[in-house]
Amino acid sequence: MSREEIIDQFRKKFEPEILDVTEKNPKRMIVTVRPEAILEIAEYLYTSAGFRFIIATALHTRKGFEIHYHFSRDEAGLILNIHVVLDKDDPKIESLSNLFNASNWIEREMHELYGIDFVNHPNQEKLISEGNWAEGVYPYRKEFK
Amino acid sequence: MSKKTLIPIGPYHPLQEEPELFKLYCDGEIVRDIKWETGYNHRGIEKLSESKTYDQVFFLVERICGICSTSHPFAFANAVEEIIGVEVTDRAKYIRSIIGELERIHSHLLWVGLAGHFLGYNTVFMWAWKYREPVLDLFEMITGNRNSYAMFRVGGVRRDIDESKIPEIQSVLDGLKTKTDLLAGAVMDDPVIHARTKGVGILTKQDILDYAAVGPTARASGVAIDVRKDDPYAAYPLVNWKVITAEAGDVFAKAEVRLLEMYESVSIIEQCLKGLQKSAGQDIALKIKEIPEGMGMGRAEAPRGEVFHCVFSDGSNSPARHKIRAPSYVNIATFKKACIGQTIADATISLAAVDPCYCCTERMAVAYDSKSGKRLMNARELTELSFQRTSEIKNKLI
Repeated sequence: MSREEIIDQFRKKFEPEILDVTEKNPKRMIVTVRPEAILEIAEYLYTSAGFRFIIATALHTRKGFEIHYHFSRDEAGLILNIHVVLDKDDPKIESLSNLFNASNWIEREMHELYGIDFVNHPNQEKLISEGNWAEGVYPYRKEFK
Repeated sequence: MSKKTLIPIGPYHPLQEEPELFKLYCDGEIVRDIKWETGYNHRGIEKLSESKTYDQVFFLVERICGICSTSHPFAFANAVEEIIGVEVTDRAKYIRSIIGELERIHSHLLWVGLAGHFLGYNTVFMWAWKYREPVLDLFEMITGNRNSYAMFRVGGVRRDIDESKIPEIQSVLDGLKTKTDLLAGAVMDDPVIHARTKGVGILTKQDILDYAAVGPTARASGVAIDVRKDDPYAAYPLVNWKVITAEAGDVFAKAEVRLLEMYESVSIIEQCLKGLQKSAGQDIALKIKEIPEGMGMGRAEAPRGEVFHCVFSDGSNSPARHKIRAPSYVNIATFKKACIGQTIADATISLAAVDPCYCCTERMAVAYDSKSGKRLMNARELTELSFQRTSEIKNKLI
């Protein structure tokens, strides 16, 4: 299946959930979706569309907390970025770790560094600063003037 | 009631990119559960990167890992060049690929040596590390450093490979081929190594997809993913080579994949050297004046698998956010599948097969009784347990 077909199929299936689409080049696609739809989209990508979860990147910006979920379709050389924007004051999103183990560590890390809550995560403990970092202090958060 | 014993492996070794503590919960000799703690050496590199200029970040990411120290600058360069939308010259591409493949050879040799050591084959260890030396000498000749080569920059490379150096590189490569034959022979045809590694630490295709494992770990389980083929960068689309896979998913398959990959690497370098002769006179770096606002994702195939860098630029001279994912981050998690149900003696090589955790297992492992806290075994005794298993098999076979 070509890159265009993969992307078309995805866009058709999740049309109501998609808020914005940016295509930087044919191999990179950034799709902003509603955060509520993340589990359904991830499930489709992982189980039926043959995508591999690479990692997720969290960002703290003026818009709030953003997460880019990077999915790779290896045979097509495509990276599909599922981008969500979360609430400034109460960032939370459904965990993907019950779907695949690959997201277990990175969700714990994002929880620890940014204070994003991953709902239904099987084990949302600290990953990297267990026992030597204050509770409720999130080192990668920014202060905006 | 059976007594469960806790065997901690780790946590710390300064040579390693990822010091970790593995807690093996054992019932007799069988590993029943495995838990880990990480972050002992969390250096905040992603955060640090935000305070460096793009030129400085190359030196920073090079220091993430001492063994595959060029794969991070490689992925970072790919990411930044994607933001700018430039393509480097063919000559720069060839030089980048030569460095990348030399690194793969030395890293795989290092692995073969350590794997040999863990199985009680210290001759393999001595050989492999001896054969690795000329590769490091080549690095010194080409880049000025045996490690942390500082070759990459946005838009190209920092140093050219001079025409006069090509014959010497070629002669080291010729030597490597015969030595790889020797090593491959020693590993592939040895009945004791077969007995120790076949059927040990098996990862199925489903496990690989579930944990999103990459590199030789994935390829040994029949998942043919290799960024060099899937999302071609540098000179890889300009040369002929093939992705090596194996089906079994055990330790032997992982060794096989790594050994055969070294032949491919040698062949890639040879073709790149020809490419260098063809591209003589080209610039090795483009002039990049500024990096526009945007987002770039760069990937590179490190010896251990895909390295992923995601860079956000706000138009200033340093990244606004820089996410790094090293291959071991996803590969280490597969231990849960590879080790449970194995004996402790096999756990050592199963952990080692993924290629992140030798030094830990060697230097820091101490076994305690989980109830009394009494010391049961230290690292040497653990390794000796593995040696003992090998000699038992040897005696049986001979």
